[in-house]
Amino acid sequence: MSGHSITEPTRRQKWIAAVLVIAYTVIILIPLLWIISTGFKSPSDAISYPPKVIFTPSLEGYVNLFTTQTRITPDMEATLPPPETWYERLVREKGMVIAGPSRYGQRFLNSVIIGFGSTFLSVFLGTLAAYAFSRFRVPIKDDLLFFILSTRMMPPIAVAIPIFLMYRQLGLSDTHLGMILLYTAVNLSLSVWLLKGFIDEIPREYEEAALIDGYTRFQAFRKVVLPQAAAGIASTAIFCLIFAWNEYAFAVLLTSGEAQTAPPFIPTIIGVGGQDWPAVAAGATLFLLPVMIFTIMLRKHLLRGITFGAVRK
Amino acid sequence: MAEVRLEGISKAFGAQVAIDDVSLTVPDGAFVVLLGPTGAGKTTTLRLIAGLERPDAGRIVIGGHDVTALTPAERNVAMVFQQYSLYPHMSVRENLAFPLRSPVCNLPEEEIARRIGEVAEILQITHKLDNRATALSGGEMQRVSIGRALVRDPVIHLMDEPLSSLDARLRADLRIELKRIQKDLGATMLYVTHDQTEAMTMATHVGVLDHGRLVQFAPPREIYEDPVSIYAASRLGSPRINILPADLFPGAPAGAESIGLRPEHIRLGEGQEAQVVRLEHLGDQTRLHLRLAGHDLITLVAAHADLKRGDSIAVSPQTPLYFDADGNRI
Repeated sequence: MSGHSITEPTRRQKWIAAVLVIAYTVIILIPLLWIISTGFKSPSDAISYPPKVIFTPSLEGYVNLFTTQTRITPDMEATLPPPETWYERLVREKGMVIAGPSRYGQRFLNSVIIGFGSTFLSVFLGTLAAYAFSRFRVPIKDDLLFFILSTRMMPPIAVAIPIFLMYRQLGLSDTHLGMILLYTAVNLSLSVWLLKGFIDEIPREYEEAALIDGYTRFQAFRKVVLPQAAAGIASTAIFCLIFAWNEYAFAVLLTSGEAQTAPPFIPTIIGVGGQDWPAVAAGATLFLLPVMIFTIMLRKHLLRGITFGAVRK
Repeated sequence: MAEVRLEGISKAFGAQVAIDDVSLTVPDGAFVVLLGPTGAGKTTTLRLIAGLERPDAGRIVIGGHDVTALTPAERNVAMVFQQYSLYPHMSVRENLAFPLRSPVCNLPEEEIARRIGEVAEILQITHKLDNRATALSGGEMQRVSIGRALVRDPVIHLMDEPLSSLDARLRADLRIELKRIQKDLGATMLYVTHDQTEAMTMATHVGVLDHGRLVQFAPPREIYEDPVSIYAASRLGSPRINILPADLFPGAPAGAESIGLRPEHIRLGEGQEAQVVRLEHLGDQTRLHLRLAGHDLITLVAAHADLKRGDSIAVSPQTPLYFDADGNRI
């Protein structure tokens, strides 16, 4: 072999790796930057060609996102008191007035309730099931595990029609509960399998020691297994949240008002005289934030979680 | 502290018989060592007493009470595991406090602090109390896990090869420390090992297990000097007892198939001629490998014995042990 080993890259190799990683990151981030910048453009800048990279930032998109507006005639405008806030002024300049808040806030809240609700339920049930599969003599264990996994062998949307009919019969269409149950059902196989891997890695001796130390099986689970499975639970939660948060097809099919989540709502934001792209982009930008914050909060666990379980000592 | 009695205990895992009709009494305050190779059923015996396994047959009696159907928590036993002995997400102090805070124990915090202080003192880990459990060296970890058993005052301490993962020096230190602690506290201990030095030095009684059966239960000296079988004789003594055909030497009793010779049973200088095959100098003594009529023989000689490879030396047995065709002592 030559002077250096595989484990120690040369300076040159490091440079090449860095350039590739940076290039990849930039390419990945372009659509994201596009959306974020579009949110701050005026409607005309948003659709100009060639696209403007340098533009005068405007909050019009965000104002449009959160409000509904009506056009008024100049003589009507003369009868109104002068605008009091910056956003009223912004709207008035276009010859319009704010008629009320839009439905975006409520849709966003639906996403939060359904996303976090189903994530909590998936992880909660998944942890209990994974623990049982990992530690107890469950009859036909392997078949059950395979059966749980088999729910993932088709795209979930393949069963859209039966679920649509079932939900209509049961009165679960367009309800928070219905969407939480649906996303939990889809996520559960992932969470059971992921968490089983993590719990398998925790030696039984710890629980046995706790049993001998005077604790019940459940207390041993809570005080000894759960803290050690924290990394696995955190990364599983992120995966579950990302799916439930971004899910579009079922949301379009099963929700229309009451429980509609943000993904099907955002594209329907229509401005005056055509699609209001800055408002759509603003809606998408805000929609990114919760998952981003959640992931950053659990980042430490996530990195450990992804490598943990895969590597055997 | 209490006497622990096993009465006709059997346990199988599927078709694999782990424990076969074992009866055994650990007297109050005794230090009992279970000896046997891997798979002999040593660990299973501990787990049965701890309540981590249920026996298929037989009774377990602790301090006069039948505990066979009780959960581990209800039995008030302590156990030190071979590995994974500390809760990795807790500090040393929390590890020691964990059994004391259990719903079974539930001591007031001052009492917990007092006991931890005491045990930390005994084990010389006072300065490590606030370390994370994972930030300790192997020896410290094992000391803390022994400490977790000591804080509790259980009826019996079960120890599953607690020293086997440590290096030789530390093992020797902890061996002495553990024996001293056991004596001072008057604790009852059941200790599993395959290290004969640990058995010889610490035990008041040794139980020899062979494929799930208890073949001999006696003080270590007695097992060494008066073993019931070749198997039991081979558990203790270094170098191992030499087993040769009985008819190699004159004077074998009727029915004897094998003769067992420990180094002290071999007189050098008279008898049959044997060839020196190898000399192992251990510093304080020398191991002498001999070849006698096609059989290997190992004995000990003084450190500076004037021998070399190829020399001839006469050997004869001196009050040896005789065994029959099944390996049982005659």
